[in-house]
Amino acid sequence: MTRARRHTRGRLPAVLVAPAVLGLAFLVVPLAGLLVQAPWSDLPGQLLSAEVGQALRLSLVCATLATLLCLLLGVPLAWLLARGDLPGRGLLRALVTVPLVLPPVVGGVALLLVLGRRGLIGQHLDAWFGISLPFTTAGVVVAEAFVAMPFLVISVEGALRGADPRYEEAAATLGASRWLTFRRVTLPSILPGLVAGTVLCWARALGEFGATITFAGNFPDRTTTMPLAVYLALETDPDAAIVLSIVLLIVSVVVLASLRDRWIGGAT
Amino acid sequence: MTLHARLQVARDSGFRLDIEVDIAPGEVVALLGPNGAGKTTALRALAGLLPLTGGVVRVDDHVWDEPPRVFLPAERRAVGVVFQDYLLFAHLSALDNVAFGPRARGTDRGTARARAREWLDRVGLAAHAGARPRSLSGGQAQRVALARALVTDPEVLLLDEPLAALDAGTRLHVRSELGRHLDAYRGRTLLVTHDPLDAMVLADRLVIVEDGRVVQQGPPDQVARRPRTEYVANLVGLNLLRGRADGTTVVLDDGGQLVIAEPADGPVHVAFAPSAVGLYPEPPAGSPRNTWPVTVVGVEQHAHTVRVRLDGAPPVLADVTTAVVAELRLVPGARLWAALKATETRAYPF
Repeated sequence: MTRARRHTRGRLPAVLVAPAVLGLAFLVVPLAGLLVQAPWSDLPGQLLSAEVGQALRLSLVCATLATLLCLLLGVPLAWLLARGDLPGRGLLRALVTVPLVLPPVVGGVALLLVLGRRGLIGQHLDAWFGISLPFTTAGVVVAEAFVAMPFLVISVEGALRGADPRYEEAAATLGASRWLTFRRVTLPSILPGLVAGTVLCWARALGEFGATITFAGNFPDRTTTMPLAVYLALETDPDAAIVLSIVLLIVSVVVLASLRDRWIGGAT
Repeated sequence: MTLHARLQVARDSGFRLDIEVDIAPGEVVALLGPNGAGKTTALRALAGLLPLTGGVVRVDDHVWDEPPRVFLPAERRAVGVVFQDYLLFAHLSALDNVAFGPRARGTDRGTARARAREWLDRVGLAAHAGARPRSLSGGQAQRVALARALVTDPEVLLLDEPLAALDAGTRLHVRSELGRHLDAYRGRTLLVTHDPLDAMVLADRLVIVEDGRVVQQGPPDQVARRPRTEYVANLVGLNLLRGRADGTTVVLDDGGQLVIAEPADGPVHVAFAPSAVGLYPEPPAGSPRNTWPVTVVGVEQHAHTVRVRLDGAPPVLADVTTAVVAELRLVPGARLWAALKATETRAYPF
């Protein structure tokens, strides 16, 4: 019963369609190439190799720790930006988003200057506590958190600003302190935004390269995360590089799928 | 033992609220007024969601707010609030919504839940304890909100338009339910509403606020019989005129004069029902009534009558039947004669 749909406004102009198809291919073909080139036969062996396993484990641990750090600092910051009645809020919000557009390498350099052994804060950390962050696993976490936190803050702040503050007033009239209100009323009401922000933050931390290699260097089992391992393996063992890339690709797809309803579903 | 409140709030917009309300234990006071009169501001100030800029809120000898020295925030006041759209927490069950207050005030989980269950039972919702607010009807949500406000045994109960979100069908039932619970409550209740019916049915005393000031207060029947402002007269469906009485003759401020039944002296209000005003095509001859020429300004259909807005000296509202509308061809601009018996009027001093 289907009838050929007649175009009321003529055919799509080739001048738009051709670049559109080209653009699509440009985005999709490299990913497809990755899958085609993959050494499928010894994929399990590659995945279980010590080198890949190390990088994978380190990446997961560091991204997760960085995400926890972001949650610990980023959620209160988002709350302050959304609810706090402070002057210069627009400027603060702009400052928070700087790492989002800053080249990660620059972020790494900045971290080195501040937290490095002779840095503004780093020299005191070293002198007083004997703590040195650069070129350690902790340094990886710091670099990843620096780059990923804006994603969480922006997502959570948006959710907070969309939440009705009158519910917080209702909680206050029921005798709840602001902290209890935040935990029991505000946080649950922004949970979807918080989850989306956390996933996004984690994915960004997992893929972090520039700031990590600048601030934490590249020491296998200590600071060589997956993206660093991919870059290095490309020289010595291209197959390993492909396997690592596929793992990262799969993680990205899973992240995208988990955010589908929020980001893509609305567009259909 | 009463709540004493002198509420002064000055806003940047230039609006000033300045009202005084006292509520005795067990008493229900309705704060009635048009939109923007400052009712919700008053409620928020009593709840502790908005600090006063002047005045005092005191329960017994306990001062809640007295600028600039004292301000107890909402969480430290013994208040219960039912908000206009209830503001039930969507992620909590009805039971946990009601248990929230006791939990926040330090009761352990088991006891808080037991008390919440008891209150849900009292408002007839024991079967819905596990339901999320989203799945409750408007009337049920309102009862959960009431239970949530009362479970902490507050000294002061504040209700902000508690029936406004309900449709007409459930409203009648929920109103009588609410009345029952307010009767049982031993604390002080302030009901904020713009609906005169809610106020008349539920309150022991009305406080009418216009533009941040109290314009009239008293028991509902007295307010209904003797309105003092245009707004109140409109609420209770009466014509209200002002004038100066000398015996049984009142010279009206709006022009014209009326003969009233009871002699009076000095400035008076004269109130009468729109249904008491008769309309005639010619001056009714030889009748003991007040008659004066009028022009039809507007005609609106009400439930079973037609309300006619008339310009003249004085301008009045008249309620007539549809038959009269047809017979007299009541269209805007029509010239007629209005008639009003002296015995239908009620005059009372300013």
